Amino acid sequence: MRSEIDRVGLKIGMWLFLYSEIILFGGLFVLYAAYFHKHPASFAVGGKELNRVIGALNTVVLLLSSFTVAASITAIQKGSRKLTIGFLIFSIFCGFIFLVNKYFEWGAKIHHGIYPNSETLVNGEPGLNIFFGLYYVITGLHGLHIIIGMVLLSISLALVLAGKIDGSRFSMLDNSGLYWHLVDLIWIFVFPLFYLVL
Amino acid sequence: MTSTPSFYHQSAPPGLTGIKAWLLTHDHKRLGLMYLGAVLFWFTIAMVLGLLLRTELMSQGRTIMGPGLYNSFFTLHGVIMVFLFAIPAIPAIFGNFFLPIQLGTDDVFFPRLNLFSWYLFMIGGLLAIVSLFVGDGFPDTGWTFYVPFSIQNSKNVGLTVTAAFILGMSSMLTGLNFVTTFHRMRDKRMGLMQIPLFTWSLYSTAWVQILATPVIGITFILVVLERLLSIGLFDPDKGGDPLLYQHLFWMYSHPAVYIMILPGMGVISEIIPVFSRKSIFGYKAIVWSSMAIAIAGSLVWAHHMYTSGMSDVSVFVFSLLTFLVAVPSAVKVFSWIATMYKGSIEMTPPFLLALMFIYLFSVGGLTGLVLGAAGTDIHVHDTHFVVAHFHFVMFGGTGFAFFAALHYWWPKMFGVMYTFRAAYWGAVLAAIGFMFHYVPMLILGLQGMPRRYYDYLPQYETGNFLAGFGAYIMVFGIIIMFVNLLMSFRKGVPAPADPWGGTTLEWKVPSPPPVHNFIDKPQIMDFPYDFKGVGEQSQKNGR
Amino acid sequence: MDNQDKPHVLSYSQLAGVLIILLALTGVTVGVSYVHMGFLNVPIALAIACLKVSFVLLFFMHLKYEGPVIVLSLIGTVSFLMIMIGFTFWDVAFR
Repeated sequence: MRSEIDRVGLKIGMWLFLYSEIILFGGLFVLYAAYFHKHPASFAVGGKELNRVIGALNTVVLLLSSFTVAASITAIQKGSRKLTIGFLIFSIFCGFIFLVNKYFEWGAKIHHGIYPNSETLVNGEPGLNIFFGLYYVITGLHGLHIIIGMVLLSISLALVLAGKIDGSRFSMLDNSGLYWHLVDLIWIFVFPLFYLVL
Repeated sequence: MTSTPSFYHQSAPPGLTGIKAWLLTHDHKRLGLMYLGAVLFWFTIAMVLGLLLRTELMSQGRTIMGPGLYNSFFTLHGVIMVFLFAIPAIPAIFGNFFLPIQLGTDDVFFPRLNLFSWYLFMIGGLLAIVSLFVGDGFPDTGWTFYVPFSIQNSKNVGLTVTAAFILGMSSMLTGLNFVTTFHRMRDKRMGLMQIPLFTWSLYSTAWVQILATPVIGITFILVVLERLLSIGLFDPDKGGDPLLYQHLFWMYSHPAVYIMILPGMGVISEIIPVFSRKSIFGYKAIVWSSMAIAIAGSLVWAHHMYTSGMSDVSVFVFSLLTFLVAVPSAVKVFSWIATMYKGSIEMTPPFLLALMFIYLFSVGGLTGLVLGAAGTDIHVHDTHFVVAHFHFVMFGGTGFAFFAALHYWWPKMFGVMYTFRAAYWGAVLAAIGFMFHYVPMLILGLQGMPRRYYDYLPQYETGNFLAGFGAYIMVFGIIIMFVNLLMSFRKGVPAPADPWGGTTLEWKVPSPPPVHNFIDKPQIMDFPYDFKGVGEQSQKNGR
Repeated sequence: MDNQDKPHVLSYSQLAGVLIILLALTGVTVGVSYVHMGFLNVPIALAIACLKVSFVLLFFMHLKYEGPVIVLSLIGTVSFLMIMIGFTFWDVAFR
């Protein structure tokens, strides 16, 4: 039996899981690349229809939350529990803001008749249909990951509150943090690919 | 030595009794056996389905089933054999059981995750069963679920694809567990070049499982989304490209072929030196070829698509790359043969099965070259030749390696010895039946009989009859093999700790092993296949 | 094997520095997107994204201080992703 917690091992396990997440999104990026090559003009038109400001705002929100998650890990290692809790609550709040923004963004698009299999898209330019199809699939899957990340951070928060995570045992927080950063990483690519193309 | 109770008599975590000791166990050995039970169940079902398919094809026209049922049956046969037998069989059963022991440790790194993988496996299997009986029945798309058929058809594709997704997740988590165990739980005194080859092969397999499986995950998610929302990502009318589905599908499914075969090669690399009483030839070459196969295997996916209408450039590139994979596979085959050369061969059932593996796998590999060359592939694409080729590799390869592993490690897992004579009979009949079954299919394919067809022209009847006949012999042989193994419980001849004269760590512990695997600190040899001193030990065992 | 006793602790100011760089790069990438350079926009946007990702990986995700297992395997994963995308172009670019 293992006598002590192997922190490095737990981290390796988490990274391996993150690889699988990277490849999961990777499959969609393969599609994006191939279709961008096929319909560059439509992708540019589609990109113009997305709101750059909301996109940039969401990027900033995620970057901020990534920072606070990293800071919460520093805080727990330095032994300041209150600061950890504060950072974590802020991060989860950021995730929430992101989702609210996304909700309004999707809502506006759907209101304009742009959603999978809608009249506008089916009868319109095929490239646009693909652009928005990918947009919904990728941002949808990403949103799902935001929710999972928020759940993981909340669990960590609960464990910190219960005193189960402290300066000597914080692998759960560390790994939830890694997951949250991964969600951020993917967004860093999604943002220019969809909002800033051409 | 006899004073320590085996893992059957002690539960991990301690204090569990009865069925709970199994269903809630963290013990990698119990989980391995639980996988064994599940996998054998699926194997039996898929084997019966295959037999029914061949029976249907034995004569022209309708024989025992209608065309709709036939289509569903071959899909079901493929899905089960791929996702519920060939992919999990060796890693999940023998990998779980022996990887920690070979690394000199007491369990995998994430024991609870390991249990979770088993439950995912069972849930995936259960969903596959459910999808048989709800809705419009089991899909008839073939195990590849190619669009547009899989999106337009009314059968239960969504549920089946979800089942495959969950099974993929189970396989991925097992791989994750193995890689972490390999790096963090290995005995500190065991260097990289002192690790048994079976464990090395599992390690390279695990990387393929981690990196390739998510691709099929997202592909299947897209199929489900397309069915629910008709986004049109693969629909040419809506700007999509159906070929990209095939790209994504084979990006996983070609590496998956190596998930199936690499652990089998690892098993053979264990068996050959033990019964040749000779150190394995080219240990490092075998280690590197395992990694090379894992890497090269992920570069060649589009060789399944030569005739699908993709660009000529990519046909050329992928054909060229495909030939690269033959190199590391051949390195292994030659190393096994060189190991036997001038060895002191001791014939046993696992060794015989390993020899059969080498032969059948080589035929599979060489017919693979025919398919890998773009020119000849156009002639035999989607014919029975392809079917025969991958059965040579997947069944003659993985299947026979699975049988060999079962016979090799049976005494260790259950602590009982089986009868050799019946095992030989079973193996020989299975191999003869195998040749009768698949060689006619190679010829039929060259003559132009397409795969997956319900009916055929009169000139193909002889070949199809022979193939069906061979299938019955083969199944008969496999039944003898299994019955013989099961009879060993009845006879109950106890197996010694090291019945074969093996040198890797699993043979240093009692059969069956105690719950923490090692009673004393394991002795790590400088080289895992050093047979000095094995002779005297077998004499002590009375053999 | 890797040393596992003392994990490296990043100071708040280091993290804040990284955050400022990331925010600045976000500003740059949005700004550049208003300048029309034809096809060049895509590689520039992607290069900036890669730069940002490296900062997140190295500091927020601690990669700079991890052992060889994690670093090498991440490189392997990214290479596999590149192959997935790149080799698909053998087909789509020449059809």
